[in-house]
Amino acid sequence: MNPDDSTAVFFQSVSKSFGAKEVLHEVSFNVAAGEALCILGRSGTGKSVTLKLIIALLRPDAGKIWIEQDEITTLKTEELSRVRRKIGFLFQDAALFDSFTLYENLSLPLARLTSKSQEEIDSMVVKVLREVGLAADKKTMPSQLSGGMRKRAGLARALVLEPKILLADEPVSGLDRITASEIDELLLQQKTERQTTLIMVTHDVHGARRVGDRFVVFDHGHLVAYGTAAEVESSDNETARQLISLSS
Amino acid sequence: MTNAIEFVGDVSVFSLRAIADLFRPPFEAEQFWIQLAEIGSRSVPLIVASGFALGAVMTLHTRSTLVTFGATAEIPTVQSLGFFIEIGPLVAGLLMAGRVGSGIGAVLANLRVTEQIDAIESLSIDSFKFLVVPRVLACVIALPLLTLIMDFSGLVAGFVAEYAASGISWHLYIERAFASLDWANFVPPTLKTAVFGFIIGAVSSYFGYTTSEGAQGVGKAATNSVVLCSLLIIVSDVVLVQCIAVAFPRTAL
Repeated sequence: MNPDDSTAVFFQSVSKSFGAKEVLHEVSFNVAAGEALCILGRSGTGKSVTLKLIIALLRPDAGKIWIEQDEITTLKTEELSRVRRKIGFLFQDAALFDSFTLYENLSLPLARLTSKSQEEIDSMVVKVLREVGLAADKKTMPSQLSGGMRKRAGLARALVLEPKILLADEPVSGLDRITASEIDELLLQQKTERQTTLIMVTHDVHGARRVGDRFVVFDHGHLVAYGTAAEVESSDNETARQLISLSS
Repeated sequence: MTNAIEFVGDVSVFSLRAIADLFRPPFEAEQFWIQLAEIGSRSVPLIVASGFALGAVMTLHTRSTLVTFGATAEIPTVQSLGFFIEIGPLVAGLLMAGRVGSGIGAVLANLRVTEQIDAIESLSIDSFKFLVVPRVLACVIALPLLTLIMDFSGLVAGFVAEYAASGISWHLYIERAFASLDWANFVPPTLKTAVFGFIIGAVSSYFGYTTSEGAQGVGKAATNSVVLCSLLIIVSDVVLVQCIAVAFPRTAL
């Protein structure tokens, strides 16, 4: 079965193991273009692995993964590069290049992957940094940024190529409630104003319910619930109900 | 045994990929110059200091022996042949295995554990070409140049030590130093350090780039890089000396 035109990401019976440990077992789900999907689950249940499979940093042992109309598990490096340009990735600890300034972190992909002039790159970097509230810090090194600023800088880098799909790996982990809310707001803004497809791994139920349209819940490598917040709440899986519960 | 064979295979494939990617665009010229500065210019003080100390010590030892035979006039010749043929290339290689090998291993391992390599890949940039190839190439280019610097530092220190002992003039010292030195004594041993450079660049990049053990992996990558690079430099030196002796019989003194 191939995905239809409205599909941004499609997993079909995807399995992934590390040695003897099976992290994902025949996982299937679909994310429509412009939709926000939140991935919930206990630690070590394959949530981050799912994001890395989407951007092909990892390859599945079995199953197929589509990004729009491209089945990526069989793509060669050059073709994969074309698909990856549609995707932005906010890493858990931002993964900013620590020997580059904030400006250089953002200008690197623009200089490498686009034909923009230096003036256009400058204005693009400043625009994105302003959107995340870091316009004054473009000459700052990543080591001089606070946790919240690093997340915002990581988000800025993920957005600088104007991706159609944004992956966010625990975007608010380790942040206070106010800063976490600011990050959620930025993600929501991307989704509503630019119709960016958002796939977010999180443990923050409040933020997830605010940003997410649909939810998948993983438990021991299996997808145990999939649907809207109300559908997951009424799931017959107890772990799923606990994870989506606002009181958790 | 299987693990050892697997490891040798992995390092070999990694090294061959570095060579193949060197000729495949895009060429990372900017990264190469950055690495050449880091590996080359920043190693000069260490190379000069070590060459100077070794040169002085070698002259002091040689003099005490040659005095017995009344052959002190040969000190500059012994010094230049010793440094250009073996001491300069080998010591420069071992020093760089320590300074550069550990540095490359630790830096790449840190980039791996902090997901910076994944971030580079996620931006559609080939992390191997961006990080590994420029480092390997910089090592290959820098080692022969650093070896020359070490050779001449040793020679200058030898002169200083000999001048202090006998008052020999700079002109006479240089004349005697180069009287028996042939291009075949000088060029092949210097160029063999390009192989040492390749070993340092490829092996230390392998340990750093493929680490998977978190913060502990950074330390391991640095240590393993130094140990294996030093060992491979010494072993390859034995092979290269034999090859040079066959190709250039006049170097086999």
